[in-house]
Amino acid sequence: MSKKDRMSGNEATAYAIRQVNPDVMPAFPITPSTEIPQMVSTYIANGEMDTEFIPVESEHSSMSAAVGAEAAGARSMTATSSCGLAFMWEELLVAASNRLPLVLTLVNRTLSGPININCDHSDSMGARDTGWIQIYAENNQEAYDNFIQAFPIAEDTRVHLPVMVCQDGFITSHAVENITIEEDADVKDFVGEYHPEEFLLNPGKPVAVGPYAVSNYSMEAKYNQEQAMIRSKEVILEVAEKFRKRFGRGFGLFEQYRTEDADFIMLIMGSAAGTAKEAADRLRERGMKAGVLKLRVFRPFPAEEIADALRGCRAVAIMDRCESFNGHGGPLSSEVNAALYLNGADVVSVSYVYGLAGRDFTVETAEGIFNELRDASESGKKLTQYRYVGLRTRKGQ
Amino acid sequence: MDRKSIEIRWHGRGGQGAKTAALLLADVCFKTGAYVQGFPEYGPERMGAPITAFNRISDKEIRVHSNIYNPDLVVVVDETLLNSVDVTAGLKEDGAVIVNTDRTPGEVRPKLGGYTGRVYTVDARAISMEALGKYFPNSPMLAAAVAVSSVMDRESFIKEMKASYEHKFAKKPEVIEGNMKALTMTFDALSGQLEDSCEKEAV
Repeated sequence: MSKKDRMSGNEATAYAIRQVNPDVMPAFPITPSTEIPQMVSTYIANGEMDTEFIPVESEHSSMSAAVGAEAAGARSMTATSSCGLAFMWEELLVAASNRLPLVLTLVNRTLSGPININCDHSDSMGARDTGWIQIYAENNQEAYDNFIQAFPIAEDTRVHLPVMVCQDGFITSHAVENITIEEDADVKDFVGEYHPEEFLLNPGKPVAVGPYAVSNYSMEAKYNQEQAMIRSKEVILEVAEKFRKRFGRGFGLFEQYRTEDADFIMLIMGSAAGTAKEAADRLRERGMKAGVLKLRVFRPFPAEEIADALRGCRAVAIMDRCESFNGHGGPLSSEVNAALYLNGADVVSVSYVYGLAGRDFTVETAEGIFNELRDASESGKKLTQYRYVGLRTRKGQ
Repeated sequence: MDRKSIEIRWHGRGGQGAKTAALLLADVCFKTGAYVQGFPEYGPERMGAPITAFNRISDKEIRVHSNIYNPDLVVVVDETLLNSVDVTAGLKEDGAVIVNTDRTPGEVRPKLGGYTGRVYTVDARAISMEALGKYFPNSPMLAAAVAVSSVMDRESFIKEMKASYEHKFAKKPEVIEGNMKALTMTFDALSGQLEDSCEKEAV
């Protein structure tokens, strides 16, 4: 039986970790994800789970230890945020290229500088090309549900890639909200036992993990890794369907909220999506056909599916909670615009940067963006690309 | 105020328990079947720095994830903040503000930036010292928030808080009674002010 409860995003994640009870969890604390290893340690100390918790001295070590444990054949995971993820950089690539189905729960926080503890997506976006699957949550419920789905996706033999489960620092990680949680036995049964086919501690079938590969082999390894990323899309959908049948909550690569007949769509990820939905509802009451496309899976990037979902709308606002410092828009906008062009979807798009380092994103801000799209569309005026919203300006400007 | 959808903003200083009070309020309202949100806004992480915490309590699912700019209720846990923070910014005129102080609402109003809505005061220090022997303002301020906002009635609040404290202080049962006393003392202390404002509304 499911149970109604209230928890913060971090509590919900720690609760799911307890239910999954992975074999090994090395971790190093960093705000705002610190509570996760802290709560897991408490569960272990109370005898409620028997994960081998390794308190390491840095994130470089936590990911290294997770890589080592996973290669040895143990179901492994870790948690981090921001600079902690940056410090794992080398090992993120090692995990993915060695096809280790690790899970990392990431509580999104901005990267320096200025040094700041609050949310944006610069940490995970910086790691977008490290070969990890990336799944984003709107709220504590999705942080919980996505985490439970992560291991079955990662460990599927068609995939064998690590999964990063992302939620917004403080905004969902520290917000207590209603949640539906599942029985321990049901979660364990859904995730299943981990029986890797090949692993280091298997004397009957020796394997090498991470050896040097000469140029004659390296390129094929990378091609195979990319093929696995492509295949992961169908596995993510299969696991989501299995999850829906079992627990009643459905997921796709993205969620379409009132987009079917929408003239104006906001494409957004994470906790701001709920705020955007509220804005779309309010504008619909006033006669504007507004909708929201909430991207759940950023890696693999559902390019064709997004182009199809946006085809036919008059304009889309692509919302990046991250700066790319490339002079022409954030990473999400680059990907979406390429998807639209390559799939022949002739849709006007405007790239927005919002919410950096915890800058608040309100219903009114979202409404303002929808109105801007509509005004430009009706007047035939082209909006400047790559706009910042919520930026403070000098008085009189 | 009815419970259909209420937004509350807490002002306190790091270490005083404003965040804990917001989370406890979310907790206790959840138990009455409401949709709840309780979350802090962190500035610099240090004791004594001004902090803000927020609650949304609603009969409908809550999707918005932003801070609250037009609250129905403001709770000021530390009176000295009135000198540096515009606590009534955006507060609805038909809403209310509660200040932790030993002064009367009339004495505090001049420091509230011209706010013309309802003003309540609670001497959380005196209540806490009498009930607990120590200064923990969050229990009295939590009770005050419930009394003024009517998110739930006194009886069910007291009942739920007892269960909550019994769980929270399982290893320190000696503080449960004091905290419960702080809650009821706050309700009693506010009853006069609440009756006054009812009369004014009736006029």
